[in-house]
Parts: sequence; C-alpha cells; structure tokens
Amino acid sequence: MRAFNYHRPSSLKDAAALAAKQAEAKYLAGGQSLVQAMKLRLSAPSDLVDLNAIGDLKALKADGSGVTIGAMVRHAEVAASSAVQKAIPALAALAGTIGDRQVRHMGTIGGSLANNDPAADYPAAVLGLGATIVTNAGKHEADKFFKGLFETALKPNEIITQVVFPVPKRAAYMKFKNPASRFAIVGVFVADFGGNVRVAVTGAGPCAFRQADMEKALAAKFAPESVANIKVKADGLNNDLHASPEYRAHLVTVMAKRAVEAALK
Amino acid sequence: MAVKVSMKVNGKPVSAEVEERTLLVTLIRENLRLTGTHVGCDTAQCGACTVHMNGKAIKSCSIVAMQAEGADILTIEGVAKADGTLHPMQAAFKENHGLQCGFCTPGMVMNALEFAKGHPNPTEQEVRESLEGNLCRCTGYHNIVKSIVAGAKAMAGGR
Repeated sequence: MRAFNYHRPSSLKDAAALAAKQAEAKYLAGGQSLVQAMKLRLSAPSDLVDLNAIGDLKALKADGSGVTIGAMVRHAEVAASSAVQKAIPALAALAGTIGDRQVRHMGTIGGSLANNDPAADYPAAVLGLGATIVTNAGKHEADKFFKGLFETALKPNEIITQVVFPVPKRAAYMKFKNPASRFAIVGVFVADFGGNVRVAVTGAGPCAFRQADMEKALAAKFAPESVANIKVKADGLNNDLHASPEYRAHLVTVMAKRAVEAALK
Repeated sequence: MAVKVSMKVNGKPVSAEVEERTLLVTLIRENLRLTGTHVGCDTAQCGACTVHMNGKAIKSCSIVAMQAEGADILTIEGVAKADGTLHPMQAAFKENHGLQCGFCTPGMVMNALEFAKGHPNPTEQEVRESLEGNLCRCTGYHNIVKSIVAGAKAMAGGR
C-alpha cells in the first residue's frame, strides 16, 4: 500500500473541507473495497478522510412511508433491523447477502454506492426501488446516479449522507452469486408499486441498469410467466472468466423470474 | 509519517506508533506480537485474520489500524481464561477434531464465537452459511461445523 495521510473529521463540513484541500483525497467508509484496492495499489490516494466519526451518517429509520439509511450504516445493521424487515423485507434480505458476515459488519451503503462496483448488490435495490441518494450538496435520483463502471453522478468530494427508499407493494432480489467472492454474477431486483413495476439488474453490465421490457410485461401482469420468455440481448454485457455475456443475458431472465416468484410469496 | 494509535486489545489498553498505512492485523501481529491472528490470503477471502472489533467479527487485514482507534479488540489470545482453561468454543473444536493443520482455526473460532452469541442453537445449515467468509484449505469443514454446533450449545448452557 502506498503511504497516505489519515484524517478523522467529526463533521461533514470538516470532511468536505479536508478533502477539498488535497488533490488526491478519498473518503473512507467501511474500507471493504477501498483498503483492498489500496493494498493492490489499484488505488493510491494521498489522503484518506475517514467518515466513521461523523455521527449524523449513522441513523437508520424505517416505517410504512419509507426507509432512510444513513451512509455509514453497516450492511449487518440493515439486515438485522426489524423495522427494515417489516417495511421492505427485500432490502433487509439483500443487505444480508452482501459479501460475508465479517464484511457486512464493516461495509456501508454509502461506500457501496459511491464505489459503484459493477457486481455490487445495493445498486440493484437503489435502482429497483427508485431511491433518492442524498448528499452534502443535494439529491440524486437513482435513475441518474449510476453512470458506468465505478462511475457515479457524484461530483469530486461530494459526500453521500443518506439513502431514502420508498416502500413498494412487494419486492424481491435474487442473485446468482460467484461462489468464491459472493459478488453477483447477475442479480435482479424487482419492485411492484401497484401498476408501476421496476426491474433493476446488477452484475451483468458495467453498472446497474433497468430492464424496460420486463417492467412493461410485469406492469401488465405481475407473474413469473410475464418475464420467462423475454430474451435479454448480450450486447455490451460483462465478459470475464466467470461468465460470458450470453450466459449473463440468460441469467437476467432466470433471476427476474425467480425474483417475481419470491415477491409473490 | 508515524501516527499514534490507541485501542484496547484483550482488555488491555495499548498504543503504538505506526504508519498510517499499517493494517490492523499488522499492528496486532508485529507491534503487539500477538501472532495467533493469522494472515492467509491477505485479500479478504479467507478469514484467518478474523478478530472482534467492538463485539463484531471483522477481517483485520481489511482495515487500517487507524480505523480501530479507540475500539475494543478481541483476538484469539484473549479468548481462553487466564489460567489456560479453554473457552467452550475452543474446547468444542478440540473435542470434535475441528482442525487439521490449524492455520484457519483462530479465524474460525473468532467468527464462530460471535455467531454463536446470536445463535445459541444453530442448525448445521446456519453454521455453514456463517462460514462464508472463512476458508479451510484442509477442507476440514465437516468437523468445523460439528464443533461450532457443539460450541454454541455449550456456550448457551453457560458451561
């Protein structure tokens, strides 16, 4: 790992000011991706601004009208929250399948979204539920947040403060996971808002995306058979040693079908 | 540049001068000389470096020591009683032959200990799922799972 300066501000304002002063600063949330990337020298920031001491980022609220998750809330907290389990069970379940239990004790929603790994789970929920990403500079709609491979709408030094999820009528997330890394080879989040259905896919492309043909079919009839025969195009999908673009395209349909089945249970 | 980091390790306050880039596991092994916590893969896959931070199992190769400033850390050395009596989870690993070469064992025990607190009577399936983040290259999982089931029951029984 390259050498860096470490900072632990106790307010958002101080964090943003510290990062603005350095050309190559990065915010540190749980560190479950960033620290490993730094060890491999894939990332070499001059300064790390640790957000862990900022209490405002750790709130978790959930009721019938919505779920608000602070950026520094750990995956394990979301998975174990009875309020989230009640409001959006699919969201709590998704958080409980990220990485492994040790990773879930450290990893945060803010870190996951800012990093925007193509195979991360949270982007599927954020896009599938049409959540709002709140930052120290304003708000981002989920549909305009994920820009590409590890690329988001966040401006340099912008800090995610919380994520606000609307409550769907029913929803589910299904992922075909890499057995070693537990990352999604393909994950599909389906949410039914009563007539309006959203389908978000992660792991398959450079970043999470919506599957419009499936949304239309499910809005007409929310049933597994509505998506079972929809063939997804392989063009532009990820290709690596784990799965070809054609296989990923096939998995999108299979996972979407299973997600609808699960949402109906 | 060296910075000072302070935390509690196995109940004792400790502090050390480290570089900012020092990993928590490096601090534990090289500065504190507590070499029971192992480095297996060094890429967050194997879990041999698992310790507890403020009561939660984490991978100490995946955070820098500064992230543990002020935290309460428990390593495998802090698990048995001062007189050497094994913790019920450690005893269960011994009784069920839950280890072969022993390299992954400290991480397995640390993860199992914390898992068992929330699951006093786990099923085999729950235990297997809880081990997602721990690898045993001897593939001795069968007895590890048996050990954790027995250890969790022993812990719940207050033995």
